[in-house]
Amino acid sequence: MKIKLFYFAKVREMVGIDQEEVDVESDIKTLAELIAFLKLRGSQWQAIFDMSSSFRMAINQELAEASCKINANDEVAFFPPITGG
Amino acid sequence: MIMSVYVQQDLFDLQSITQQLKKLHNSGASVTFEGYVRDFDLGDDKLEMLELEHYPGMTEKALLNIESLAMNRWHLDDVYIVHRYGKLKVGEPIVGIVVFAKHRKEAFDACHFIIDFLKTDAPFWKKEITNHQSYWVDAKKIDDGKWN
Repeated sequence: MKIKLFYFAKVREMVGIDQEEVDVESDIKTLAELIAFLKLRGSQWQAIFDMSSSFRMAINQELAEASCKINANDEVAFFPPITGG
Repeated sequence: MIMSVYVQQDLFDLQSITQQLKKLHNSGASVTFEGYVRDFDLGDDKLEMLELEHYPGMTEKALLNIESLAMNRWHLDDVYIVHRYGKLKVGEPIVGIVVFAKHRKEAFDACHFIIDFLKTDAPFWKKEITNHQSYWVDAKKIDDGKWN
């Protein structure tokens, strides 16, 4: 199952890329499971995702919670808490 | 009832926007909010520039959603939101909001609601660039529930 991933601001700098496409097993059904999969990549990935206060998520450009379901071809984004305005 | 959002690098002139919009409506009140790049000086660490990153696509959606929420909650004639991204100098405007309504209370409340929601729901991130370093601005704790 293919998912598009986008990273912004401090999260983008920590992971070193701004976007990618991943092909994950279909048993990954939620954002929480996707995060567990990404954390296997190493310490920078763990550092971001171990602290719930350090990042927010969106699915198809809408803010989402860890329990939200993901589907094939979804656009998932990870970014720090918002500081606009 | 008109809604519009603009996400741009260029400067904007909220006064002339307000004057233009005023001609379209028979409103009794308009309330505008304008946010600027605030100067700070921590010893020899002086702010030179702000860099704003955003999430193209989601930003516009989020701003339109905030406008819809305000429109559904108050009786408004018009809502206009403009937010900049990219490199901004000290003193330059970052965000502008104009709300037109028949009565002042609706215009005040809606404008306040929009800027509060924008600060938690519109995907923008500020990086402060001083003469010595650059760092991402931490999000402030928001008093959730104010508008529930």
